[in-house]
Amino acid sequence: MSDARNAVRAVLEGPDINRALTRIAHEIIERTKGAGNIVLLGIPTRGATLAVRLGERIAQFEGVKVPVGSLDITMYRDDLRLRPARPLGRTELPADGVDDRTVVLVDDVLFSGRTVRAALDALNDVGRPKAVQLATLVDRGHRELPIRADYVGKNLPTAKSEQVKVFLEEIDGREAVVLIKGEEK
Amino acid sequence: MKRHLISAGDLTRQDALLILDTADELARVSDRSIKKLPTLRGRTVVNLFFEDSTRTRISFEAAAKRLSADVINFSAKGSSVSKGESLKDTALTLQAMGADAVVIRHSASGAPHRLATWVDGSVVNAGDGTHEHPTQALLDAFTMRRRLGALDGRRITIVGDVLHSRVARSNVLLLNTLGAQVTLVAPPTLLPVTVDSWPCEVSYDLDAVLPKSDVIMMLRVQTERMNASYFPSAREYSRRYGLDRDRLAKMADDAIVMHPGPMNRGVEIAAEVADSARSTIVEQVANGVTIRMAVLYLLLGGETQ
Amino acid sequence: MTDFIVRNARILGGEPADIAISGGLIAEVGRGLTAGGASEFDADGLVALPGLVDLHTHLREPGREDAETVASGTRAAALGGFTAVHAMANTSPVADTAGVVEQVWRLGQEAGHCEVRPVGAVTAGLNGERLAELGAMADSAAGVRVFSDDGKCVSDAVVMRRALEYVKAFDGVIAQHAQEPRLTEGAQMNEGAVSGRLGLVGWPAVAEEAIIARDCLLAAHVGSRLHICHVSTAGSVEILRWAKSKGWNITAEVTPHHLLLTDDLVEDSPVGSYNPIYKVNPPLRTREDVEALRAALADGTIDCVATDHAPHPVEDKETEWGAAAMGMIGLETALAVVHEAMVETGLLDWAGVADRMSYRPARIGRVRGQGLPPTAGSPANLTFYDPSVRDEVDPGGFASKSRNTPYEGRTLPGRVVATFLRGRPTVLEGKLA
Repeated sequence: MSDARNAVRAVLEGPDINRALTRIAHEIIERTKGAGNIVLLGIPTRGATLAVRLGERIAQFEGVKVPVGSLDITMYRDDLRLRPARPLGRTELPADGVDDRTVVLVDDVLFSGRTVRAALDALNDVGRPKAVQLATLVDRGHRELPIRADYVGKNLPTAKSEQVKVFLEEIDGREAVVLIKGEEK
Repeated sequence: MKRHLISAGDLTRQDALLILDTADELARVSDRSIKKLPTLRGRTVVNLFFEDSTRTRISFEAAAKRLSADVINFSAKGSSVSKGESLKDTALTLQAMGADAVVIRHSASGAPHRLATWVDGSVVNAGDGTHEHPTQALLDAFTMRRRLGALDGRRITIVGDVLHSRVARSNVLLLNTLGAQVTLVAPPTLLPVTVDSWPCEVSYDLDAVLPKSDVIMMLRVQTERMNASYFPSAREYSRRYGLDRDRLAKMADDAIVMHPGPMNRGVEIAAEVADSARSTIVEQVANGVTIRMAVLYLLLGGETQ
Repeated sequence: MTDFIVRNARILGGEPADIAISGGLIAEVGRGLTAGGASEFDADGLVALPGLVDLHTHLREPGREDAETVASGTRAAALGGFTAVHAMANTSPVADTAGVVEQVWRLGQEAGHCEVRPVGAVTAGLNGERLAELGAMADSAAGVRVFSDDGKCVSDAVVMRRALEYVKAFDGVIAQHAQEPRLTEGAQMNEGAVSGRLGLVGWPAVAEEAIIARDCLLAAHVGSRLHICHVSTAGSVEILRWAKSKGWNITAEVTPHHLLLTDDLVEDSPVGSYNPIYKVNPPLRTREDVEALRAALADGTIDCVATDHAPHPVEDKETEWGAAAMGMIGLETALAVVHEAMVETGLLDWAGVADRMSYRPARIGRVRGQGLPPTAGSPANLTFYDPSVRDEVDPGGFASKSRNTPYEGRTLPGRVVATFLRGRPTVLEGKLA
């Protein structure tokens, strides 16, 4: 019984994540016609790492050096008052900025869409991109805002009470996406 | 972190590092064209200044506005306070207005402690009498860290009127928390008689301490202290405890000079020292806004307790 | 004809005995006295003490009737077990003429809760420069014997010398508020580690000790009686011990709060930091000072306990520290605090308490008919105290008009159950009779 309640199930493991990123990289190159005018902005913490990996792949496949940066959205969240003040992530924009470029936002998990909403607000304060696209490693559904991803590593049907956690080598020392069963309400 | 920031002693090492790290990130915002963040939209910050201090007030005001808070400036002059309204009645007024934070500057030591017992919002001490000025200490530590890296084991010398200095009190506490070694240098008349109970060293000899210091922080010396026989004359003070070009030359190559302002050029600090590349005095002002943004964000940015 | 029979009282903490009261006097003390139709008061388990005498009370009338009146202050005194209080002179107008002291004295008589002995100012208007009409006050109906500029120090050495000399003519005593004014300009609290941390202007012990030393020497030189108000430092105790060893006619008092409270309460207390409820003149000192004061009261170097009951309206305390008034009320908690600080610690027994809170202060103030042992023939000024209870202090129940007690929320031992003033109960069952 208790095993079932607290079950942790790996959804992606080991090379699965990189395989998904490779596919996304190819899709970005295709959709942006060679990725010549894009900027990859990862949402800290794990989105920023994923953005770096995507940049490496695009450079490898297409021979273009794609500007990569990070965009912290903490100060733009709409749920700040629900939890104690949290430490800020890093915002690091490429030297040439984002104006008139296609910005691809990169996050690890797409859930309610509120993080992306905050990211769009944050982006608005740092420049005026030509277009904004969204790449996510996992789309677990349950959107609360009219937001969808342009590039998805894996569509994962989940219950709302479940948690999805992403582990990356650079941060966590292993590669996995796991689904954690939540308590029944 | 506690709900209020009244004393630098209220901050654990973890709290202090969180504020400094947050400020590091916020400093990047100050570099971009849109400096405003929506974080504290709908929150009200009251600047309650019973003492004139335009510098500190506009620093807090800029910090709150960059975080989109509503700012109300309440200065004692020309208000009901000058007509004899008590601090408590003022506090109850602010409470009724729904102040989420009150930034208070007051000539009485401990006024922020009293205020905190009468309002629900966070109280931020912007200088109370001769007690403390914690955001000044935080911005000083932030400035030092940006120039020198981590402060553990760094040797910091604070020179001047320690007895009457809220900046010195807050700096001694905070720098000690951050692992730095603080030395106070002053004429004995301008040190508390019980300074040996403070977590720092004490010296009467600036020249002996100078070469070993990573930071020299000069405190403003009020000339009215002279009339109260704390020292014989401005000239003698300057000769024994002032930072001039000769003394600057005795400092280590990468050591920096700080001053919380406003300066008495020619008394505690020579003009050429204040304007030298070693001086962080202008940076300190800019960093003041950043550190106050960090403090307001961390006190008000989360859930209300 | 016996008016009252008190049953089974432990006189000065001794074995239970009955006390018969008649015509304002103690008629008889013994076991199993016959009632003979007199009212009976069951004092089983209660300690009987001589009515307490306070050498140092601020009744605030005339002038600050919002803080206290003679009537309200003497009600508080009776509830605290006092049968005589000395009303300090720093009223408005100052009690520096026969007219003012007689007014205060008469208000005390009319209220009837305890004997009110006015203290006369040493200098006119407390200005420290010109002697007040000391002789006129001594000769008035109030019969003033204690003179003090309390609240201010008679800092001018010549004025002090003259005052000490002058009052010899009518057996008066100068009660000095020992505070060197220049060393305490703007002073806010004891100068020490706490004041240094809190950035409050320090009040050095030496400012008290220097004046005490000077005045002991002056009193010796002119052969006068000198009383030192509210001694607060270990150094003062040393000076007094030395001066008394010379055989000089010097007496001293200590307040209950200086026997219990310390300056670290300003920094950290159950009622927050910088709470002016702890702001008092002289300031609360350190633990070492408290220990020295207790030892000095125990060995008689300090003669007596005096409350320095100093009422202030709420608005004078609900402020920032620097703006707050100095002082604490103390009449209604004095005996409890002495119980905790001196009796529970084994430093004094109840006979000792009677000596320090009744016999000696009455002798210093030359109060006739007060401060006498509770034996047959003495005036029936008596206090009955229950040492077995322990309660949280509730200022809401105080008779004083003011609430500036530092003990709110603290538990203190004991309770005054009854007070008799010249054979008449002023307090019964812990309530005004």
